[in-house]
Amino acid sequence: MHIVVCIKQVPDSAQIRVHPVTNTIMRQGVPTIINPYDLFALEEALRLRDKHGGEVTVLTMGPPMAEDSLRKALTFGADRAVLLTDRFFAGSDTLATSYALAAAIEKIGEVYGKPEIVFTGKQTIDGDTAQVGPGIAKRQSLLQLTYVSKIAELDLDGGKITVERRSEGGVQVLETKLPVLITMLEGTNDMRRGSMADALRAARSDLVIWSAKDAGIEDILKCGLRGSPTVVKRVFAPAARAEKAEQIEIRPAAIDTADALIETIFGTLPALETELVELHQTL
Amino acid sequence: MIEEKFDAIVVGAGMAGNAAAYTMASRGLKVLQLERGEYPGSKNVQGAIMYASMLEKIIPDFREDAPLERHLVEQRFWMMDDKSHTGMHYRSEDFNEDKPNRYTIVRAQFDKWFSRKCRDMGVTLLTETTVTELIQNDQGKVLGVKTDRKGGAVFADVVVLAEGINGLLGPRSGLRTSPKPETVALAVKEMHFLPAETIESRFNVKGDEGVVIEMVGTFSKGMTGLGFLYTNKESISVGLGCLVSDFAETRESPYAMLEGFKNHPSIAPLLEGSECKEYAAHLIPEGGYKEIPQLFGDGWVVVGDAAHFNNAIHREGSNLAMTSGRLAGEAIHRIKAARDPMTKEHLKLYKQLLDDSFLMKDLKKYKDMPGLLHTNSSNFFLSYPQLVSQAAQNFLRVDGTSKLEKEKRTSRAFIEKRSRIGLISDAVRLAFAWR
Repeated sequence: MHIVVCIKQVPDSAQIRVHPVTNTIMRQGVPTIINPYDLFALEEALRLRDKHGGEVTVLTMGPPMAEDSLRKALTFGADRAVLLTDRFFAGSDTLATSYALAAAIEKIGEVYGKPEIVFTGKQTIDGDTAQVGPGIAKRQSLLQLTYVSKIAELDLDGGKITVERRSEGGVQVLETKLPVLITMLEGTNDMRRGSMADALRAARSDLVIWSAKDAGIEDILKCGLRGSPTVVKRVFAPAARAEKAEQIEIRPAAIDTADALIETIFGTLPALETELVELHQTL
Repeated sequence: MIEEKFDAIVVGAGMAGNAAAYTMASRGLKVLQLERGEYPGSKNVQGAIMYASMLEKIIPDFREDAPLERHLVEQRFWMMDDKSHTGMHYRSEDFNEDKPNRYTIVRAQFDKWFSRKCRDMGVTLLTETTVTELIQNDQGKVLGVKTDRKGGAVFADVVVLAEGINGLLGPRSGLRTSPKPETVALAVKEMHFLPAETIESRFNVKGDEGVVIEMVGTFSKGMTGLGFLYTNKESISVGLGCLVSDFAETRESPYAMLEGFKNHPSIAPLLEGSECKEYAAHLIPEGGYKEIPQLFGDGWVVVGDAAHFNNAIHREGSNLAMTSGRLAGEAIHRIKAARDPMTKEHLKLYKQLLDDSFLMKDLKKYKDMPGLLHTNSSNFFLSYPQLVSQAAQNFLRVDGTSKLEKEKRTSRAFIEKRSRIGLISDAVRLAFAWR
């Protein structure tokens, strides 16, 4: 079995700030990490490989410094890492990114075997769009399972996979045919710590580094800024809210706490009280 | 367990570890380096000043791509009381040379660069990998290390311990004792960001020129301590350090002390308008020559802070770390080239190289200094700065008092505070310790 996991190197959002005057993200000096959602996808892929055999290839598109993230993925136990890097990719939006990644996955399939499963995280923490995974699925004509919280069963012989998918109002249990693209939810597993052998291998293995041409991308106009119709019209930092949360002390009896809560709410919203009283009277 | 055997394992990727790893790899040895931090430098918070000539001996053309902040053209030394400072400044155009002698650096960036150089030379570096114990045979010979990773035992002919001042490995394996509270300082430091132009106008420098200020005085509340302020390209490192035993005795909080220090009328204007982005604390070896542990044994050597290599009087740490790492690497390479085993008998060469270098000579010169400054700390760090300040003010204020009377007042103040005998004895002991 062959699994491809798409990861992205992102600035650590916990340490990022917005410039107070220009409203642009201040990336300078902010450390980079693997997009946390992608780690759940990677761990899930490694578990499937350990159980069913096969290989896990990690793929990223980014500047040469994205090598750090790929090496880290190898330390966790991935078998191969592919870095898609080219100045033509600069400025890609989700459309251009999914175009390039889909082409690279096609190429990976030709060189290392066609993947049964392509994993991505639910979304990235810098873009927050959750569009790239489905974009790849569409271009590759893969069935897609988004917001997956659990891989329930993988039947390689039967070419079937059963997953649990979180949706509004509950959990869906879905079965579908392979090959498939899965976007993984957060909190579904804990990333393993790579063994000493994995760490040594990761430190010494050569990454597969592909340019647009190497990945078989012919239409450069679909890449980077030129292939990106998205226009950012305005970036702004939302103003901090003036009102503060009010804390209500818990009383010994639950009903007293509830009363205190209602009293506080009605204290700030007297109109609501009148409305509810009227409603109660009409009933 | 890893089947593959290495020529050497280096524990730690700070200045000493990188110097040792680079030296060995550049001479063709197969080197594995293990670092517990996420990346080299992630655990390093030194000030910091880097001395060029010690790095030149390892990487001669480092100036081409090393992340250097500013080269130092001016050194200031201040004795401070609560409201004043009496200073000595030395500035020279001679420091604006083609290959400057001293630079300020930011360790998180510098160590990353140094480590990249090591890897380019062929060192295999594993980060986020903590060495948990040394693997020793019945005779105590070190055969390799165990790490916190699964299947984490790995073997080598020799292990270079570059684990830093509070490294647990050496003490745990009985190779040396843990440093004593009275021989280590706890230093706290903040990084304050300011635009380069502001730093340049505030410190009267241009381009890549930089200034260092080092201070003693009442801010350390009588404890053996030193304050410092270094100019980086777009930030200022400011901090202070005092002996751990003094902190324990006085119950002073390092952070509160640093707050007071930053608000001192001589320092506050230098930091005004800056943004503090980083707070860090670290231990510094201060015991000098007398605290140097056994430096080598069967299958191991110890380098850098772990070996207590720090010249506290001249505040030279990283260059001693680099030099000891380089000399350990050279010794190991020579033993290897002669096809000799890495036994205590052969690794003695490392100690011989150290003894012949400036490192041991300097540390030996000041062997009595740490003890002297510590036993008389309240005189050197509290009384004298106050007296000097009073004397300066007395001298400068014009108020109709005769000059002779002023001189008498000053000497009376010194004698009252410390007695004639006390003053003479401090002077004599200082002279002997400096000799």
